[in-house]
Amino acid sequence: MKFGHYDTEGFYDEMFTAEGQPRPGYLPLMERIESLPEGEIRARQAAAEQLFYDMGITFTVYGHSEGTEKIFPFDIIPRIIERRDWEHLERGLKQRIYALNLFIDDIYHDQKIVKDGVVPAELIESADGYFHQCIGIDPPRGVWCHITGTDLVRDEKGEFYVLEDNLRSPSGVSYVLANRRILKRTLPLVFEKTNIRPVDDYPAMLLDMLHEVAPPAADRVTAALLTPGMFNSAYYEHSYLASQTGVELLEGRDMVVQDGYVMMRTTKGLQRVDVIYRRVGEDFLDPLAFRPDSLLGVPGLMEVYKAGRVTLANAPGTGVADDKVIYAYVPRIIKYYLDEDPLLNNVPTWLCSEKKDQDYVLANLDSLVVKAANESGGYGMLVGPASTRKQREEFAALIKSRPRNYIAQPTLNLSRAPVIVDDHFEGRHIDLRPYILYGKDIKIVPGGLTRVALVKNSLVVNSSQGGGSKDTWVLG
Amino acid sequence: MLSRVADSLYWMGRYLERAENIARFLDVNWHLTLDMAMMQQSHWSALVSVSGDKEFYERLYDDDTKDNVIRFLTIDSAYPNSIWSCLNMARENARAVRDMIPLEMWELINVFFHRIDKEAKNPVEVFDNPYTFCDEVKKANLTLSGLASDAMDHDEAWHFFNLGRTLERADKTSRILDVKYFVLLPAIQDVGAVVDMVQWAALLKATSSFQAYRHNVGKISPVGVAGFMLMSHSFPRSVLYSLTEAQRLMHGITGTRIGYFSNDAEKLLGQLCAELSFHSIEDVMEKGLHQFTDRLQVKMNEIDKAVFRTFFAVMEPVDSDNEQQ
Repeated sequence: MKFGHYDTEGFYDEMFTAEGQPRPGYLPLMERIESLPEGEIRARQAAAEQLFYDMGITFTVYGHSEGTEKIFPFDIIPRIIERRDWEHLERGLKQRIYALNLFIDDIYHDQKIVKDGVVPAELIESADGYFHQCIGIDPPRGVWCHITGTDLVRDEKGEFYVLEDNLRSPSGVSYVLANRRILKRTLPLVFEKTNIRPVDDYPAMLLDMLHEVAPPAADRVTAALLTPGMFNSAYYEHSYLASQTGVELLEGRDMVVQDGYVMMRTTKGLQRVDVIYRRVGEDFLDPLAFRPDSLLGVPGLMEVYKAGRVTLANAPGTGVADDKVIYAYVPRIIKYYLDEDPLLNNVPTWLCSEKKDQDYVLANLDSLVVKAANESGGYGMLVGPASTRKQREEFAALIKSRPRNYIAQPTLNLSRAPVIVDDHFEGRHIDLRPYILYGKDIKIVPGGLTRVALVKNSLVVNSSQGGGSKDTWVLG
Repeated sequence: MLSRVADSLYWMGRYLERAENIARFLDVNWHLTLDMAMMQQSHWSALVSVSGDKEFYERLYDDDTKDNVIRFLTIDSAYPNSIWSCLNMARENARAVRDMIPLEMWELINVFFHRIDKEAKNPVEVFDNPYTFCDEVKKANLTLSGLASDAMDHDEAWHFFNLGRTLERADKTSRILDVKYFVLLPAIQDVGAVVDMVQWAALLKATSSFQAYRHNVGKISPVGVAGFMLMSHSFPRSVLYSLTEAQRLMHGITGTRIGYFSNDAEKLLGQLCAELSFHSIEDVMEKGLHQFTDRLQVKMNEIDKAVFRTFFAVMEPVDSDNEQQ
């Protein structure tokens, strides 16, 4: 298969310049692919998909009499990031996470930023991710957002933008590791010729981070990952991370609070747990403090947490900073806490809660992207240029009834990368989610998850909306 | 280790072993029927009797034709002890403890289940040639066993996994021995005749112990075969060997010295090991082999219940004030 007829169609393409020349980092890859006999690349694509299936990296689609197992779609053509681009992203992400972490800490303490009039108080209190239960808590090292999965996109000029700060419980990092493992088996010769920064030390970084944020009084630290259980769609990731870090994989029912500590039920009685990497939403963590109907959590957990006898990662309450309305304030947040200009761009954002913005949004629904402030996964979203009149009318009504709940952004011409479509390559829109760990300091695994909107012309990369992924190479 | 995890490992072991043993006695039966074409019917119903789930079978099927019995034991998803169901449960348990077992082990179980599941959707080949199917099940299990032995840390997780396997194996070997009780001989004068000896030898083949028997015992005889399968000190599928191994594993978990007990499971298992160790096979044959194995199976069921009470029941919701320390 050749790239001869590949058309960038005026978009910023990750692999080719507008003139159709491959970008330098892609040369060995392109040469290798084009040297393969006809049909070979499709055979390798099929083999890679079979590997996912055999490794059980699947999710179950319900609705039939028997659950059908599906793999998360994967395209074997990697996405490559040049070294200087990555260094820029790394600096920008660190800056952003330092500032957001300071912001969260401030929000749950003195709210200086509100008193100084930078962020309006009513936006904080109306944010779904704001929990009064977290007021006054001092997590170890002052770290709240231990694990962040920031969504980045590039526009038609190749400029990077932050699209969302996922500060709650971002998923997908196991696919970074699985994609790499599978791609090494799929295109080994390209690896030999390209200087690719490894991602395999992510579990080690994660484990170090969990130990670094343990309650200072804990002597031999026991870390655990709290999962909603094996029927959760991200269970593969939970079990994989537990297996690779050696932390205990716990469900709520495996734990109990006793004598002021969180304990797990073992074959030899109860044993203390010091750090919990929670993959359960904070409102489900403790039925005594949050939703009383939750069966996924541990009654009394929040009291132990407040007393500093267990660390929760991420800390409950971080969602206040990834509210899409607060997002619009992030450049000002960075300036306020760090006195620096943001290194990464924010997408211009109109807040429907403000009259002037709302008027503009309602008048330009056909060209904007409208998002619900507290939704994720590509839900609750209107992509103006691709919308029908009826959908726009629905959103206009929604915006008018709950303005605080909606924001709008210009429709970005996301960058594209080639994917295999039958017997040729076609461009598809992509994004990038790096994974940022914050313990003693901030560490970022090179690259992250490149998600790709496999549906032609679609701008939505989420797996729930027909998205897939690619291995992501950062050149060393 | 978490009680819930220990429970899953134990059952993962049991289900894998169960699937393998069903394949084993299906395989031996099929070979027998080829040797004695006239005898087919009773052979196939014998398998159902031995499974201990005759009533279940009769609810699902009208008659015990070869295809029905094979379907029931191999791919019937309505029967909880079919090979398909056992592998499905083994896989679900493996999924629950995916972080505790080597990656290769999970992958193998996963691929193994998918393959069997695929064959289950087109079962004609399984009916026509159960040998290939059974062989596949046995080989996958032997590979898993090698992985567990050589790629898994011999920690508490491993102990629970193997405890499940050895207890299941002891039960199943006793049931394979029982096949002989249910399989009728063509005529009374055939007792001790060639066909009788072929059947006894088939039991050995089902447990992969034919060669070991030839080396250690030699001539095929009912007393010899029953003695070997029940009480061999060296063959890893004999009932006594499996139970002794289970005892070693259980005491490895608790740290109690063998010869003493600190809970019900150890007590019952110790008693059964002692009983088997201090019986001669002649005593057993005198009381009746079938009666003896029947009682063995009842006792093994009690041990399983005691294992649950002793090691896994911690997972039951308990009032936190009364939680055991």
